[in-house]
Amino acid sequence: MQVNFTPTIVAFCCNWCSYAGADLSGTNRLQYPANVKIIRIPCSCRLNPMFILRAFQRGADGVILCGCHPGDCHYTTGNYYARRRMTLLFSLLDYLGIERERTRVEWISAAEGAKFAATMAEFTETIRALGENRRLEDLRCKQM
Amino acid sequence: MDNREITRITGVNPRKCMRCGKCSAVCPAYDEMEYHPHQFVAMIEGGAVEELANSRGIWRCLSCMACMERCPRQVEPARLVEAVRLKVIRQAGKNHLLPDQIPGLLDPDMPQQALVSALRKYGK
Amino acid sequence: MGRIGVFVCWCGSNIAATVDVKAVAETLGREPGVVYAADYQYMCSEAGQNLLVQAIGQYKLTGVVICSCSPRMHEATFRKAAARAGLNPYLVEIANIREQCSWIHKDRQVATEKAIILGRAAIAKVQLNAPLTAGQSPVTKRALVIGGGIAGIQTALDIAEAGFPVDIVEKEPTIGGKMAQIDKTFPTLDCAACILTPKMVDAAQNENIDILAYAQVEKVEGFVGNFTVTIRHKARYVDPAKCTGCGLCTEKCPQKRVPNAFNLGLDNRRAIYIPFAQAVPKIATIDPAYCTKLNTGKCGVCAKVCTAGAIDYQQTDRLEQRQYGAIVAATGFQPISLEKFGEYAYQQSPDVVTSLEFERLMNAAGPTGGTLLRPSDGKHPHTLVFVQCVGSRCQGDGRGKTYCSKICCMYTAKHAMLCREKYPDTEVYVFYIDVRTPGKNFDEFYRRAVEEYGVHYIKGQVGKVVPQNGVLKVQASDLLENRQLHIDADMVILATAMEPDPTARALATQLTASMDTNDFFTEAHPKLRPVESPTAGVFLSGACQGPKDIPDTVAQAGAAAAKVIGLLVKDHLTCNPCVAKPDELMCNGCSACAQVCPYGAITYVDKDFRGPNRTTLRRRVAQVNPAVCQGCGACTVTCPSGAMDLLGFSNRQILAEVDAICK
Repeated sequence: MQVNFTPTIVAFCCNWCSYAGADLSGTNRLQYPANVKIIRIPCSCRLNPMFILRAFQRGADGVILCGCHPGDCHYTTGNYYARRRMTLLFSLLDYLGIERERTRVEWISAAEGAKFAATMAEFTETIRALGENRRLEDLRCKQM
Repeated sequence: MDNREITRITGVNPRKCMRCGKCSAVCPAYDEMEYHPHQFVAMIEGGAVEELANSRGIWRCLSCMACMERCPRQVEPARLVEAVRLKVIRQAGKNHLLPDQIPGLLDPDMPQQALVSALRKYGK
Repeated sequence: MGRIGVFVCWCGSNIAATVDVKAVAETLGREPGVVYAADYQYMCSEAGQNLLVQAIGQYKLTGVVICSCSPRMHEATFRKAAARAGLNPYLVEIANIREQCSWIHKDRQVATEKAIILGRAAIAKVQLNAPLTAGQSPVTKRALVIGGGIAGIQTALDIAEAGFPVDIVEKEPTIGGKMAQIDKTFPTLDCAACILTPKMVDAAQNENIDILAYAQVEKVEGFVGNFTVTIRHKARYVDPAKCTGCGLCTEKCPQKRVPNAFNLGLDNRRAIYIPFAQAVPKIATIDPAYCTKLNTGKCGVCAKVCTAGAIDYQQTDRLEQRQYGAIVAATGFQPISLEKFGEYAYQQSPDVVTSLEFERLMNAAGPTGGTLLRPSDGKHPHTLVFVQCVGSRCQGDGRGKTYCSKICCMYTAKHAMLCREKYPDTEVYVFYIDVRTPGKNFDEFYRRAVEEYGVHYIKGQVGKVVPQNGVLKVQASDLLENRQLHIDADMVILATAMEPDPTARALATQLTASMDTNDFFTEAHPKLRPVESPTAGVFLSGACQGPKDIPDTVAQAGAAAAKVIGLLVKDHLTCNPCVAKPDELMCNGCSACAQVCPYGAITYVDKDFRGPNRTTLRRRVAQVNPAVCQGCGACTVTCPSGAMDLLGFSNRQILAEVDAICK
């Protein structure tokens, strides 16, 4: 394992719950690692599993999808679709030999700023322990 | 005796009981028992399996399954009692009732069903 | 490559304290495509916005990235500012470097690096932003209320009061619904008819309200603001314009053995009938299942006695199309069928009645004229047993409903109290699992039934009811006393669970409104949007959304009306431009997207495409209605051919962000 490894983590957050939850953890000044970069999507069901594969291809070490709690989706059923798709993606990633822990789904509401920060801190630690993700990385995409 | 074992072998979740008392309301042997069907469920949930196993009531249950049939939440007290009885039988390792003993115990008012279920319960 | 402008906000010291804003602006200024980069103390201030407006004009910017607070805070502000400068507002992207950067990091270098990456991602995205125009759709200023019970009447009255025309479609010959059948209302014990019938008359007299009784919704097309509804006017065999409601025909009709549906079959009526004296509209209706003339061709008594000449045996169902801007579902409830609950002997003994039947038996306009008499022999009952939760709170037994029907505890207390008040010689037992009385003056009401009226409340359930020698043998448990009870009762009253009206399911399909597993309409948000359906332009009122009592229903009806009015006052609806958009050349018409769409925004059309060698190919392709689409993106991921994309959050845009972050 490398020393001082700073993982790259992409967090997809739905606009209505989790992105607001991330904002709340900011408003409350709750710290979490800077490795986490958030991409706003309208709903967790907007997340195409392809985006996660692309992130791994481009060198991300971990990807986390955050959506509204089941039953609370702004679009009624979006997070259920997301949950099913992610379940399928998990088995694909298992097949590809990518550690199960590198991808995660969390339900974080707009009121759960503390949960957001804690989840991100914990996820970063998990990824740091796993080390760099090289399996899917496409070196041609790397800037020399 | 462990209540988890009882719930495991019966597949019954006593926590589903909402204490409506329908089982005790339909029970035809209610007055014969010191513990009643709704209490079976509460006792299993509370872990008082030993107490239930030592009670006379479990042998008074007719196994008519009315409590199972009528329970609005599928808690199935009759299954729990059946499991407790089985535990007792297995622990003692002997027959509690032989076919020869039955004629002496017969009551002219006793329904056929009770006779059959008694054999099922007491015999091995 | 576009001409991007980057603006880094200090937010006073909120950002500038932990992020080196100058360095961020400088670094992002060197990004490809960026032609202008600046930092400013407060971008959201008047001066900051002017800086943005000027730069857009001066540098002919084609895209703007603002590195500032959360887009949830000021995205709209900056979009408006961009629009002022003539730039399409959807060419503005926000990099959130306050909530998601400066506020959560203490290390200046770390925060600055992260801010640069977030800025890069926003730049990568904005390069691919397309100018979007929010579409507009007109609003038909007329509302449709489906169901003419208290929920529908109240909604219609409130909408009409605001000056908008509204139609009530009611499947029965009269409006009034279940409340018209109720005797007294809890917890005040005022007579239901006394408070309902004036509202029915108000509705009939209101110029803005058109009551379409004995009619049903056949088909719903269109979307929010523009619904086209086909309504089936069922044949009454009576000309509503001519009938005066004198009721002569209902007295002379020789067919006397028709179960009276209004009294729940407790007495009989004629084949031509007016449901009850205060019916609105008060027009006679011929029941085609029982009318001798319609079935055999002989009779015609009603036509002979009708002085107005209103009887028309040739009448047929008539279809009519009407335009609406908003639709309110107020389809209400019904008691569940008791055929699976054999233990209560409901089918065997007429003395076992449901609570709604009991309402009729207590009602002065009911079959017994308000005197409580046993249906079997017409004698005065002395012992009454009330059973609660009949079919409610059942799980997995295949007979009842999992939910609590909410109103039974209160109406049973009311029945018990009324019985004891009117007939002090009765013994009244109520068997309950839990007494649930959350509501204003509800628990006081229940306690009064126990303390002042001496109703025997027993915790336990009734196991079986056996009719024997003219009495009902009730076997029940008393859990608190730990004993089994045997009561000889004269009447047993079952607090039957309520379920949604069976017509609601078909209606929900027509409206593309979603339903839960119990066939109650689902609200758009269980807490914050309780009277709106997830489908835009469809609103919910009353028990069709979940069990509720009259005060709750009226409150919800008013809320639904307010939402309808809020929609109808608009001349045009501005649509969210970030909607799904199919690429017709890639779409193979598989319908996968339409199946996941929670709003029914996707339809299919056959379109002609140019094929090879001057041929024309006709293909089925998806079409998204931008007025209905809410932009969740479920369809974009479902589409197997990748034809569906979401404007504003397109696949390319999100991938560009991913790439920028992972670089």
